[in-house]
Amino acid sequence: MKYWRTPYNIDEVKIPQGEIHIIKDRCKGCKFCVEYCPKDVLEMSEEFNAKGYHPPYVKNPEDCVNCGLCEMLCPEFAIWSTLKEETGSTSGG
Amino acid sequence: MSPLKTIDSKIVHPMDNLLRMERIPHIWCPSCGIGLAVTAFTAALEKAKIDLNKVAIVSGIGCTGRVAGYTKLDSFHTTHGRPIAFGTGIKIGNPEIKVVVFSGDGDLIAIGGNHFIHAARRNIDMLVVCVNNFIYAMTGGQVAPTTPLAAYATTSPYGCVEPPFNIPYLADSSGAVYVARWTTLHIRRLTNSITEALNKRGFSVVEVISPCGMYYSRINKLGDGLDMMKFYHDNAEIRHGEDTKNLGIGFQTKIIVGKFVDRERPTYMDSYNKWLSEIKTEEKLRK
Repeated sequence: MKYWRTPYNIDEVKIPQGEIHIIKDRCKGCKFCVEYCPKDVLEMSEEFNAKGYHPPYVKNPEDCVNCGLCEMLCPEFAIWSTLKEETGSTSGG
Repeated sequence: MSPLKTIDSKIVHPMDNLLRMERIPHIWCPSCGIGLAVTAFTAALEKAKIDLNKVAIVSGIGCTGRVAGYTKLDSFHTTHGRPIAFGTGIKIGNPEIKVVVFSGDGDLIAIGGNHFIHAARRNIDMLVVCVNNFIYAMTGGQVAPTTPLAAYATTSPYGCVEPPFNIPYLADSSGAVYVARWTTLHIRRLTNSITEALNKRGFSVVEVISPCGMYYSRINKLGDGLDMMKFYHDNAEIRHGEDTKNLGIGFQTKIIVGKFVDRERPTYMDSYNKWLSEIKTEEKLRK
């Protein structure tokens, strides 16, 4: 991540690391999560689910910061993120 | 976000305890916005920290009318246009219950318009979440009272000639105490607004502008639900406290969102109980 100026507490702040869970068979391929993920973690996959839609897959798992926007923007209750137990890196994700 | 709940050592969706997951996947089309309104509502229920045994959700008929069947609360799927009438009955029968009416624009404003204005006039203590997708989607895309002027629908092949309702203005002028409007893209603000309205006493109205990818956008050639979300991103403007007169929505014009009305008025049960106690004291004096 590029900073306009280095934050004064950059050593103290830990960027949370999230883990994304997807129930692929619930997805109807609306692409809301892919479009609005602020860290571009997700991408539509080529595979089909049971209903014939393309579910998303996690492209950059280490970039997820557990903001929870994919969970809020999923109309199908198919995706959510949880905080990973291991602490993330301190200098940007 | 809510803490992760595990059942049988399997990771489940954090909203599984508030939704009837045996009925999911739901019937709504791909890229429909009603699922987002339900997500915001369930998140608001957790945020508002109210007793879930004392919440009743009432829905009418229509796409949004299905919400009552998917939430794991006391739910009531009523006749077309009458969720507010049934909700009024619940509220008067047991005033401890928080009544939430979750229905669409066609159900609440068209056939149920009379119940809507009179519940607002009486100030019945309930929350109305009105999902507005500008069309009667379940029956095949007919003109609704919220269809913008000149928009196409299956019953207006040359464009709609009727001016649409301005729901916040209707609610405000009828006497609602809390009026807000958000699009499904403003999901966190919508959650906060529903949380605020759940804790508000009186007739609260939250209008949710929702994409209808299969009927409204397809007939009007606006793309799918994602394109509608992008349109909201570019054309929605947050103006808190705006005069509700200025909130009309035209075809593909700017959508003004925000919290417009937040005031206090005695509710129907307050006025009724006050009146009843006055009558009783008068009768005692007469004896």
